Amino acid sequence: MDVLVGQLFTGLSLGSILLLAALGLSLTFGQMGVINMAHGEFIMAGCYTTYVVQKVISSAGVSLVVSLLIGFLVGGLLGAALEMGLIRWMYDRPLDTLLVTFGVGLVLQQAARDIFGAPAKNVLAPEWLSGGVTIMGAVVPKTRIFILVLAVVAVTTLATVLKTTPLGRRIRAVVQNRGLAETSGVSSRLTDISTFFIGSGLAGVAGVALTLIGSTSPTIGQSYLIDAFLVVVIGGLGQIKGTVIAAFALGLLNSYIEYSTTASIAKVIVFVIIVIVLQVRPQGLFTVRTRSLA
Amino acid sequence: MTTLGQRWRAHPSVTAWGGFVVAAILLFAVAPAALSDFRLNLLAKFLCFAIVAAGIGLAWGRGGMLTLGQGVFFGIGAYIMAMHMQMADAARLHNDVPEFMEIAGIRELPAFWRPFASGPVALIGILVLPALVAAALGYGVFKRRVKGTYFAILSQALAAALAILLTGQQKIGGFTGLSDFRAFFGFKLSDPVNRQMLFFIAAGTLLLVVAAVRQLMRSRYGELLVAVRDQEERVRFLGYDPANIKIVAYVVAAFFAGIAGALFTPIVGIISPADIGVVPSIAFIIGVAIGGRTTLLGPVLGAVGVAWAQTALSEEFPSSWTYLQGVLFIVVVGFIPAGLAGVWPMLKGVLDSRFRKTVEPVAVSEPLPEVRTEEKVESR
Repeated sequence: MDVLVGQLFTGLSLGSILLLAALGLSLTFGQMGVINMAHGEFIMAGCYTTYVVQKVISSAGVSLVVSLLIGFLVGGLLGAALEMGLIRWMYDRPLDTLLVTFGVGLVLQQAARDIFGAPAKNVLAPEWLSGGVTIMGAVVPKTRIFILVLAVVAVTTLATVLKTTPLGRRIRAVVQNRGLAETSGVSSRLTDISTFFIGSGLAGVAGVALTLIGSTSPTIGQSYLIDAFLVVVIGGLGQIKGTVIAAFALGLLNSYIEYSTTASIAKVIVFVIIVIVLQVRPQGLFTVRTRSLA
Repeated sequence: MTTLGQRWRAHPSVTAWGGFVVAAILLFAVAPAALSDFRLNLLAKFLCFAIVAAGIGLAWGRGGMLTLGQGVFFGIGAYIMAMHMQMADAARLHNDVPEFMEIAGIRELPAFWRPFASGPVALIGILVLPALVAAALGYGVFKRRVKGTYFAILSQALAAALAILLTGQQKIGGFTGLSDFRAFFGFKLSDPVNRQMLFFIAAGTLLLVVAAVRQLMRSRYGELLVAVRDQEERVRFLGYDPANIKIVAYVVAAFFAGIAGALFTPIVGIISPADIGVVPSIAFIIGVAIGGRTTLLGPVLGAVGVAWAQTALSEEFPSSWTYLQGVLFIVVVGFIPAGLAGVWPMLKGVLDSRFRKTVEPVAVSEPLPEVRTEEKVESR
């Protein structure tokens, strides 16, 4: 029983990490159709932001909160710069954005290696996150619970922003019908930039969260990026609900398969399951029905 | 200028054969004479990448399928060859298991190794397994009309999954991979003559692959492939199944990548998960993009050029190569999508319109304008 519960929490925790990494993607990939391979490097930027902030602010608790804010800004600014510098020219060539942003990712990775060095860096977790909580016989580290809460907060904030604020309305309008939104007086340029800012900012937040569970290296973003993409693909494009469910489903699936086999075999099995799921639902689990042919 | 150009177009097969003869002379006579053993071996490695690139050119350039996971098929070919060579070495030394297993304390040969003890079985595996995996994934993906970005991400995820799988398996070398091969089908790898023979095999394979891709591109099938890339729905309405057309190109590309991997292992002497994961898989793309993805020779020359540049540059400036690679991705894919092969037609177009003062109609959504119409007409 406690093994089952333990795996449940491992899965939920992995799911919340995937969710944080995928939430920004679901905005930039799902809503805008841009495959941003540099998203992983924006996550990495969030990690290093935390590291730098902790150098300045020695109190781990304060530094974490400050890092979350600065991490969002750093990720967001990187994303906005990427959008303005490159992606704005390439909205009609999604596959090419993939390769171009991969190039950006390579440059950012090497930059991190040159600035911070290749060896992994560690960030101290605040005192109030040390130790664990015993839930139904299983010990769950507090950091993991914090990440779960952070993921939930991020999702609800994003959903609220998209649903209720003028900015959110503009984003949805541009996604649904760019031309009509323009004629109604919405600046699609500004909206594109803001969407990218938010999506990439969420990557920065994910990076800050990742420092709580492991050390930071220049390639940390890569290891989460593909899983994050799979989450968005399985969840269905442009669906926050789909992204949330897919993230937790993949997290749980992964943790239970991993428990009965090994981590590396679990990866392969999960991949096969994803391909099978796409046989039944080629457009992802949740998707808006349209009359388009494809 | 014009007469030469006309003659060029009038006899494409003559010039193509001329090109093959020149390439064969360069590869089989000039290169071995001009290059040291070390450089020749390096060139052989680049030729392996070029074989992969020729397949990517077909699937991506012609078929519009961005395959980010060619490392998977390259890896399957490479690992089967590596397993066979390990087993052959062990058999010669009258050992039950390859050396690295002995060191790791594995006394019994794992079952999945056993078939590859036989050379013919290993060769069949190299030719068949990558194609089978590609067919399975292609069938699963294209039949359900999953395409474009989804396919790119799935092919990439497959590469990640395989690399992670291999890293975790001590029975197949784990993180460090397989290395220290002594012989290639009975020929000692330490002998420079045999290493030269490997180069010739790679060069011959590349020529065959290029010839095969050329035939495919000029065939009816090649026409259909381009049609599927540009107007998939229309092709469907004409009564073809675009999925089958795509699967064939993807399988052919995988087949080439598997062969390239099998040649790579004896030439380089080591295969590890680092050679086949996500980053090397995407790195295959850059040579293709730089050379010109839709052309026949662009991917091949691009792959050799990029691999050569990487070796030359990273010897002197280890970190700058990564920057350069990133910038190449950005500049080439972002701003010269037709690659170097497309630079001349692009310049020519600009000059022509400048001097003739005529504005040519430009198709805005046309992603790859350099597929010329006369090419489409002549193979009818």
